[in-house]
Amino acid sequence: MNAYEKVNAARAKNRPTGSDYIANIFQDFIEMHGDRRFGDDKAVITGIARLGNQPVTVIALEKGRDIKEKVYRNFGSAHPEGYRKALRQMKLAEKFGRPVVCFVDTAGAYCGIAAEERGQGQAIAENLMEMMTLKVPIISILIGEGGSGGALALAVADEVWMLENAVYSVISPEGCASILWKDSRKVKEASECLKLTADDLYRMKVIERIIGEHGRGFHLTCAELKRLLSQKLAENLRLSAEELVSNRYLRFRKFGSA
Amino acid sequence: MILRKEFFRRPKNELERSSRIYKVPSPDVPGEMCVLCPSCKKPLLTGELNANANVCPECGYYFRMNARQRIHFIADENTFIELNSNLLSKNPLNFPNYPEKIKHARLESAEKEAVVTGTAEIGGFPCALFVMEARFMMGSMGTVVGEKITRIFEYATEHSLPVVGYIVSGGARMQEGILSLMQMAKTSGAVKRHSDAGNLYIAVLTDPTTGGVTASFGMEADIILAEPNALIGFAGPRVIEQTMRQKLPAGFQRAEFLLEKGFVDMISERKEQKKQITTLLSLHKEVSG
Repeated sequence: MNAYEKVNAARAKNRPTGSDYIANIFQDFIEMHGDRRFGDDKAVITGIARLGNQPVTVIALEKGRDIKEKVYRNFGSAHPEGYRKALRQMKLAEKFGRPVVCFVDTAGAYCGIAAEERGQGQAIAENLMEMMTLKVPIISILIGEGGSGGALALAVADEVWMLENAVYSVISPEGCASILWKDSRKVKEASECLKLTADDLYRMKVIERIIGEHGRGFHLTCAELKRLLSQKLAENLRLSAEELVSNRYLRFRKFGSA
Repeated sequence: MILRKEFFRRPKNELERSSRIYKVPSPDVPGEMCVLCPSCKKPLLTGELNANANVCPECGYYFRMNARQRIHFIADENTFIELNSNLLSKNPLNFPNYPEKIKHARLESAEKEAVVTGTAEIGGFPCALFVMEARFMMGSMGTVVGEKITRIFEYATEHSLPVVGYIVSGGARMQEGILSLMQMAKTSGAVKRHSDAGNLYIAVLTDPTTGGVTASFGMEADIILAEPNALIGFAGPRVIEQTMRQKLPAGFQRAEFLLEKGFVDMISERKEQKKQITTLLSLHKEVSG
């Protein structure tokens, strides 16, 4: 598949969403709601679950499956309260010493009057800062679209993994095309330029692992993820908080330091 | 006047030649030059404008200041020492036309990148200072901007210095793709370490501050000042208008709007800025230290 085909695959209607991964990887998932400041953002699902024997905090950007749910989930584009809801759960994870797993799938943080009024930029910035020093392991998995700051706000992690056909980019190919060629239809060319596929990002060391997709064998992907997550989280739980935080700092410190 | 040998050397290439021509006059434009105020349309002498901190004396319109003017304006005389001035952007994604864009931006701004960093004294208080440059690709953040910001925070952490940052930026730099996005996390990590060590960070948001810079070190300061009427936001107003298919209310995303919504600490008039920042630095100076 070329970059543009990957973009389409990442956005495909029948693609599994955050709740599918939660249901197939974890047991005893209990959903938690609200940011305790403004409201409950339906684009972000948060809760506590068990991965094998290990309690974990799970956070997922949820696009919704049918049109009714998509509207309810705001198509997976979070408002500031969504990022604050996620941060609240991460802070609780830190308090109780359980690791955090994030599933990222969003075209981007929502752009709108309400989102700006409530400080979209501030909410994302706060997550970046706080996640950088959170004293428990964090793994983020890009399962579909990774749209810019809205995706990064849940992807400051010890390791970032990516599904084979997921994409991750600083700007949408449409946005890039309209800036570059004043023509938002040149999406194909823009997709190539942005180097947004899992292979590109693995080469640039932006992600640690590519998770193979098995077509209709979604359960195989989830079984693989369950195995890898259990292994990595157990490994990182053995590190001291200082080591964990220092490794995370250095992971991001290396980008563009040459 | 000191005669230096390099003044007589023949420029090696076009870039070098032009940057010299641009570089000399920047902080004090000759007093007899004249500009039209875009707001009240009155003709103004640039000398007069400079003396008034680049604010129109007739209508109060804020002209944009370049990085060197800002430094001249905020730092005590002869105290600014530039750090990491030699970092140059490469083209990590082989993005089309990016090298040409960079070359043009260097000519346009007479700077090597979109931020100038260093140490200085403000009102006698030592601090680390970073000042972004709008004329360099609208202050966009690529790997070099991210690296310079990160290094200045690391330097300030090591030397227990407060950081004062002048921000102007369109956001993350598209031409460096995902690596620009990673700079948001990288700089946020450096700000956090500086903060956790008990140091002060004051940001001054100027027109415009948007996108990935707002969503990282722009909004992470302990104290956020904003210049009057500066556009500050995450999404740009045009993008929001297109998404919402409605006109935005007057004053939306302006500094005064952010003050009202609780996202900045105060509106800072340029003429008061140095005094305000000096006072803030003095209030954070350890009394016994």
